[in-house]
Amino acid sequence: MSFSISKQGEVVVVDVEGQLIVGNRQELKQKVLDELEKGEKKFLIDFSQTGYIDSSGLGVLVSLSKKIREQGGELRLANLNDDLQTLFELTKLDTLFQISDTRERALESF
Amino acid sequence: MGDSRVALDVEIPSDVRYIEGVIELATRKCRELSIPPRKCSLNVRVALTEALSNAILRGNGDAADKHVRVRAVVNDDSLVFDVTDEGPGFDLSADWPDPTKPENLMMEDGRGLFLMQRLMDRVERFQSDGNVVRLTLFRE
Repeated sequence: MSFSISKQGEVVVVDVEGQLIVGNRQELKQKVLDELEKGEKKFLIDFSQTGYIDSSGLGVLVSLSKKIREQGGELRLANLNDDLQTLFELTKLDTLFQISDTRERALESF
Repeated sequence: MGDSRVALDVEIPSDVRYIEGVIELATRKCRELSIPPRKCSLNVRVALTEALSNAILRGNGDAADKHVRVRAVVNDDSLVFDVTDEGPGFDLSADWPDPTKPENLMMEDGRGLFLMQRLMDRVERFQSDGNVVRLTLFRE
């Protein structure tokens, strides 16, 4: 599992490779907060290479969403597979996040 | 109900870094038992991760010298996971906040038990040589 960060225009894109669970959520949180501290405002987390997310991972996304919004920024999500989509629907977090089918659509939505 | 057999029996140190390995093993076993792929990739993986992290962080208080045991028993009707920690247990029937209510959506914690209960057919907790959380998935 790893997180890679790249920049596409003004958007910081984070790819989550593997799982986003209790054992690695802090790593993702820190990486995004570091970028936020540098002054970045637009964030996209791409889950196209993600296996599954647990409640801790969902909690970190909620936390990041709050912190980014507090700094006047935006967080968008993209490429949820069927399992992840179900997870977001079950927890109703699909109503909290702006979720796109593809990275391109997400990037265009900023 | 047909004969039951043990499909998995592992003990791990109380450390969240061990969770992923156990989940991988459990998911593989789940697929070998011809349980629908979606139930293995979503229901088992997420619910068992929740039970394990709860056992390690809350049950065992993140104490590195403690252990968590995961045992899976399968029969014609169901796949049952017992996750045992060394803690005093918790009240499953307590009035836990519903994380899907609009006022709770921004909560960072509090979705673990909810997910176990939504993704498994039955969730139980009892004492038996430790605090056991039992997750049951019917094979349909």
